[in-house]
Amino acid sequence: MMTTNPKKGLIVFISDCIRWSLSGGVVFYIYLAVLLALMGAGIYAYGRQFQEGLSITGMSDIVSWGLYISNFTFFVGVAAAAVMLILPAYIYKDKDFHEVVIIGESVAVGALVMCLLFITVDMGGPIKVWHMIPGIGLFNWPSSILTWDVLVLNGYLALNTLVPLYILYSNYHNREPVGWKYRPFVFLSIFWAVSIHMVTAFLYQGLPARPFWNNPLLGPRFLASAFAAGPAVIMMVLIAIKERTSYTIDSAIFLKLKRIIVVAAVINLVMLFSEVFKEFYTFTHHSLAAQYLFFGLEGHNSLVPWIWTAIALNITGTLLFAFDPTKGNPRYLMVAAASLFAGIWIEKGFGLIIPGFVPSPMGEVVDYTPSSFEIFITLGVLAAGMLVVTLLIKPALVILPRYKEGHLEPETAGL
Amino acid sequence: MDHEKKNAPLKTAGFLDNRCTRRSFLKGVSIAAAAGSASLVTGGCGSVASSEEAKLKWQEFFKKNYRLMTQEEKDATVTRLERLSKLQRGLDIQMSNQEPHNNVLFGYAFNITRCKGYMDCVEACVQENNLDRQSKTQYIRLFELDPGQLDPTSGDGKYFHEVPVKDKFYMGVQCYHCENAPCIKACPTKATWREPDGIVVVDYDWCIGCRYCLAACPYWGRRFNWGNPVVPKEEINTKQHYLGNRMRWKGVMEKCTFCVQRTRQGKLPACADACPTGSRVFGNLLDPDSEIRFVLKNKKVFRFKEELNTDPKFWYFMD
Repeated sequence: MMTTNPKKGLIVFISDCIRWSLSGGVVFYIYLAVLLALMGAGIYAYGRQFQEGLSITGMSDIVSWGLYISNFTFFVGVAAAAVMLILPAYIYKDKDFHEVVIIGESVAVGALVMCLLFITVDMGGPIKVWHMIPGIGLFNWPSSILTWDVLVLNGYLALNTLVPLYILYSNYHNREPVGWKYRPFVFLSIFWAVSIHMVTAFLYQGLPARPFWNNPLLGPRFLASAFAAGPAVIMMVLIAIKERTSYTIDSAIFLKLKRIIVVAAVINLVMLFSEVFKEFYTFTHHSLAAQYLFFGLEGHNSLVPWIWTAIALNITGTLLFAFDPTKGNPRYLMVAAASLFAGIWIEKGFGLIIPGFVPSPMGEVVDYTPSSFEIFITLGVLAAGMLVVTLLIKPALVILPRYKEGHLEPETAGL
Repeated sequence: MDHEKKNAPLKTAGFLDNRCTRRSFLKGVSIAAAAGSASLVTGGCGSVASSEEAKLKWQEFFKKNYRLMTQEEKDATVTRLERLSKLQRGLDIQMSNQEPHNNVLFGYAFNITRCKGYMDCVEACVQENNLDRQSKTQYIRLFELDPGQLDPTSGDGKYFHEVPVKDKFYMGVQCYHCENAPCIKACPTKATWREPDGIVVVDYDWCIGCRYCLAACPYWGRRFNWGNPVVPKEEINTKQHYLGNRMRWKGVMEKCTFCVQRTRQGKLPACADACPTGSRVFGNLLDPDSEIRFVLKNKKVFRFKEELNTDPKFWYFMD
């Protein structure tokens, strides 16, 4: 390995990163403890589910995907949204975005970890997952869209792990990353980001059995909502870093992110309106799922308050971003981002997945309520993702400024 | 390979007897590793019977997709499963792996004029196919409809009253064994496929329980085992087929198999056999003299959700 100082090899890099990841004040350790407690509760609940089967969830033969797949779908979008930072940072050499692109990529990695965990906890036979590995198993590619999703998600995870790792590793050794070594992968990851979200949409879109999903607008709408909700998440992370650490984040970044979010959120709302128009102007048999979602059907209306809350949050968030009187006050932006994030999380999570199943292909209407086990497992997965994001970002926050200042002294660590 | 497998249970038993020398301990290490991991999976303890069970489960866990097995491997897994049934439930079963017959393509026709909604078909299916009694799994659903409709989705699938009811008619639904089945396309592991005789089957051992097939089926023809299915021992149908009514477990998909364990022996499916009104017609579509061909030729037939181009092998007709 060619390094300026042989002592600073890979092992030192890793041990320094771990040290920086885990160092912090009391508040940081409380935050870590909360995440670990949530993960512990999730692991316990999953243990029960593993023993007793998915019968301890609220799912049934009619609503056969629930909270897990809803969250999976949403966080694929968050992962894809890192491209909104990658594209300007690496391709257009935008200086502001270049400062934070690694943070965006860390958010993507955390989101992907959540996606893969959500898929795993949803499976009836997780220990048989090797049946899908080509060679020792049977991989139904290209026929099954699920196999495409396995490929694109794992590929995107690899791209979003290796590129930042290489850049951080180079910076750690006080070197400029070599363009040809990582730039091709950056280009690839831009197309890949679009593909993870389109393929995930195609999972649903390709099913004529489910008229609510079998809609050509689903893929594009996934992208629009992802490019609104994803940068909103990244913005929340950046605000948290700005408020809680000494890492400086230029306010120009927030203005640029805001512009991306507004455009994507408006496109998303236009598409939502277009869908609602199609369902309700000429009400057909295929509109029953939309009726169930927005107004309730045959006395079943558990999603109605949720979807209207989501639409209200969506519109509020979009308006707050579009007409920002504070010109980028972090607290104001935090409220706007949280509002948009929550709105899209509901609308594109269970607001999308559950109505696909109701009414059933045989016209039956049931309500779905997640069980407490299901909620604990979901919280555990979310905590695991947040932990991954945190532990990835913290070393970056040490390495990047030191590299910028041109003197990297690992022994004076700490944030 | 085969030779090793036959000897292995003895060695494992000896090792677990705990009276072995250091040398035989080292000899047994590789096998013990396998047995030990197996007992991790199964939670078994060290008795000879449970080590045999652990060994069989271990071999079962690493077997191939059914369609890739040679005839010897198919026979071996059936033998293992029969033995496991004996060890786990104390039940002697006969499991078949009967292949499809040549020049057979099964088809089904349902007479909506005759059906009176007695539900004998549902009951027979539950008994025949060892369906979970706890969650009350049914492959067949009967929908009660008002005149003026021909769509089960507008009917009542939960009726519970004396039948027949004046001015009502009944439609039975189940897996339609589509020629162009969306469920097969969806499965990420090729755990579900259409046999040459037209039966859409599931390799329960290969299914990973993702439930994408369930989402893809436009007819709600598939059922998932949310928990471990419960069938009282005395009610278990011991005449089983690998691709049919053998016992399932939590986390796998299952469905109507046109009673593959019966129909490949030349019998009618349990539902058609049990129907007191003669509403259910089952037979070989490739046999020009079969009753199903008579129905298709002489009755006005239709299929459910024809516009989806799934090409079901299940027709409805009227007298």
